[in-house]
Amino acid sequence: MSEAISYRLRVNGADHEVADGWLGESLLYVLRERLGLSGTKNACEQGECGSCSVLLDGVLVCACLVLAGACGDRPIETVEALGDDGALSDVQEAFVVSGAVQCGFCTPGLVMAVHDLLARNPEPDELTVREAISGNLCRCTGYGRILDAIARVAAERADR
Amino acid sequence: MSVLSPDSLDAALAELALDPEQHVLAGGSDFMVEVNFDHRRPRSVLSLHRVAELRHWSSNSRGLALGAGVTCAELEREPFALVAPALAQAARTVGSPQIRNVATVGGNLCTGSPAGDLLPVLSALDATVVCASAGGTRRLPIHEFLVGPKRTDLRPGELVARVELPVADGGQEFLKVGTRNAMVISVASVAMVQMGATVRIALGSVGPTVLRARAAEEWFGARGFDPSAISELADRVAEEARPIDDHRSTAAYRRHAVRVCATRAAHRIFGAGS
Repeated sequence: MSEAISYRLRVNGADHEVADGWLGESLLYVLRERLGLSGTKNACEQGECGSCSVLLDGVLVCACLVLAGACGDRPIETVEALGDDGALSDVQEAFVVSGAVQCGFCTPGLVMAVHDLLARNPEPDELTVREAISGNLCRCTGYGRILDAIARVAAERADR
Repeated sequence: MSVLSPDSLDAALAELALDPEQHVLAGGSDFMVEVNFDHRRPRSVLSLHRVAELRHWSSNSRGLALGAGVTCAELEREPFALVAPALAQAARTVGSPQIRNVATVGGNLCTGSPAGDLLPVLSALDATVVCASAGGTRRLPIHEFLVGPKRTDLRPGELVARVELPVADGGQEFLKVGTRNAMVISVASVAMVQMGATVRIALGSVGPTVLRARAAEEWFGARGFDPSAISELADRVAEEARPIDDHRSTAAYRRHAVRVCATRAAHRIFGAGS
C-alpha cells in the first residue's frame, strides 16, 4: 500500500496538484509548505488562535483543523485572494488606517473573519462583532482598534 | 493510506465494512488536534463531508431527528434554536465560530469527552443514538452509548448516523462555567429540561462522563416544581456531581459551579413569573 496520497486543491480559483502528501497533513501545512501560500499564519495548530482562518466551501474555518486530503475539488479562499492586483481590500485598508495592526501576525486571520462577517451581516452590532472575532487571538492591540477598524469598514460600505 | 469521501450513507457504510479500521472523519476539530500533535497517526480516513443525508435535521410533533453531521453553527441558529433552545445554547458555547462551522453532533458524541458541551443537553433530553453499519442499525440510549471518558459503545464498522430526541414541552436551559466566554473547555455545565411532570438534569465536566442528577430530579418533581425549593434542589444536584481536581479546576469549585448553574437554570424555568 502506498505511503503517500495525491489530490488536487482548488485555492483562490487555481488548481494545485499535491503529490506525495502525507495523509495527516492539515490544510494549513499544505497551503504554507507545499503551495507557498504563507499569508495564512501558523501558530497554535489546535484551533485556538484563528490565525489560519480561511474559507472552505465558503465557510470560515481554521485551516489547521482541516484534513487537506479531504479538500479535493472544494473551493478554498485564502487571504491572498483579497484585494485586486495586490491592492489592499477595504477591510485591510481599515485595519491599517485604524492602527489595528501591531505585530501583524493575527491580521490575516482577523481580516478573513471580518470579510466573512460583513458578507453575512453588513451592519453587525458590537456583540455580533465581538462574537464573530472571538476565535481570533490578538496579543498586541487589546482589540480596541480592531473593533474600530471593523466599525469603520462597515460604515464605509454603508455609505457606498 | 487513503482518504475516501463517499457521497452517500450507504456508500460510506460499505467502505467502512470493507475496512473497519478507517478513521471516520466528521468536522475534524478534535481529530486534527491529535494528528497535529502526533498523538494519532491515521492510516486511512473516511471523510463524511459529502454525505448530505447526515447533515439534515427534521422535527414533528413526536420528536426531532438530528443528523450526525449537523454542525454546531447550524444548531445555534434559527430555525433549529427555536426547536431545541438548550442545545442551541450549548452549541454556541463550543469553541469559536471557526470551530462551530465544522464541529458536529456526531463528532461531539464520538469524541465522548466528559466536557463535550452538547452531551449534557442530549442526556437531559434522553437522546437515542442511532449507530449505523452495513448490517443495519442499533439504537442506544445516550448513557449506553457513552460508557466512559472518551469511550463509547460504537463498534467496528459502525458510525453514528443520527440522534433522536423528544421535543420538550417545557422550558430548557444550558449553563456552562469556564475561565472566559469564548474558546473555552467547560469547568462545569448543567442542562435542565422540563418534560410534562418531570424535570431532567444532566451535568457535564463533573464526572467520567455526563451524569444525570436523577435523585434530585425525582425530589423536585415530587414537589411540583415549587420555586421555593430551588435552593435545596441546587444543593441536591451539586451532591450528585462527582468532580475531580485537575489542571482545569478543583473538585470543590466544580461542585460550587454546578450549584450556581442549577440554581439559575431552575429559576429561569420554574421561578416565579416564568
